[in-house]
Amino acid sequence: MASWQWFHRLGSPKWLSGTIDRWLPWVLGLGTLLLLVSAVWGLAFTSPDYKQGNSFRIIYIHVPTAIVALAAYYVMAVAGAVSIIWRMKVADMVLRAIAPVGAALTFLALVTGAIWGKPTWGAYWIWQDARLTSMLLLFFLYLGIMALHDAYQNSATGNRAAAIMSLVGTVNIPIIYKSVDWWSSLHQPATLKFTEESTIATEMLQPLMLAIPGAYLFFIAAVMLQLRVQIARNEKNTRWMAERAAQ
Amino acid sequence: MYFNNLAELWEMAGHGPYVWSAFAISFIVLAAIVVIPAKRYRQQLAQIHQQQRNTQEK
Repeated sequence: MASWQWFHRLGSPKWLSGTIDRWLPWVLGLGTLLLLVSAVWGLAFTSPDYKQGNSFRIIYIHVPTAIVALAAYYVMAVAGAVSIIWRMKVADMVLRAIAPVGAALTFLALVTGAIWGKPTWGAYWIWQDARLTSMLLLFFLYLGIMALHDAYQNSATGNRAAAIMSLVGTVNIPIIYKSVDWWSSLHQPATLKFTEESTIATEMLQPLMLAIPGAYLFFIAAVMLQLRVQIARNEKNTRWMAERAAQ
Repeated sequence: MYFNNLAELWEMAGHGPYVWSAFAISFIVLAAIVVIPAKRYRQQLAQIHQQQRNTQEK
């Protein structure tokens, strides 16, 4: 059946590598374009926030990277589950590929958030804020998973440990997401809503509607690049890889 | 453009250092996350190719 074929192909490193080569320029190109356009639009062509002034422009980096950092963790945890349940080696490669990208995005969300916090709240960081603390935890989770990968001589052991850690950490994601609703916090509650009308001003929202898909695409491209490295690492002794290298 | 000239764009009414440092750091990190694995893959291909040639010469 077609769906089984697709699933089998997805588990084939050779097919995956070829698909990455084919799609990477488009995904990376479009993602970069969207991010650049939204950045220029947000920096120079929107009016400043009446309360926060021009510092609000950081939103066009902060929000997309934070959203994708969260989504990335879920995808990574799914890869972890697939690795444990079906013992698919590609799942382990995907896990290894996502971790550094997720870490980088979480880092950016934290740093841009801190920079934004200084003129807005007077402080770069507040320990009592649940969202800040849980996002920092997310960053440590990503780093921990990367560390587990490197900690073991036997890469299978490292893969297993990292997969388990990725699953254990998933409890953090809804905490990050709902923290601004559950606890009184300095961090602003959500203005982007799925089921009701968003409370953010339209003019401010528009570049964000380019930046968020742009960040998703950029994330996918970055993971594709890492995945190619993982595939090459695993498959370096195969014939098809040698042929690829000879081109 | 919202700002009247490039000087104002740079200054951002006093928020310039915050906005531009945030965007600069982001640009650097996002560029790194693409460039580093791309370079690594090229290295890997070169290594594999070299190994192929070594075993063929024997």
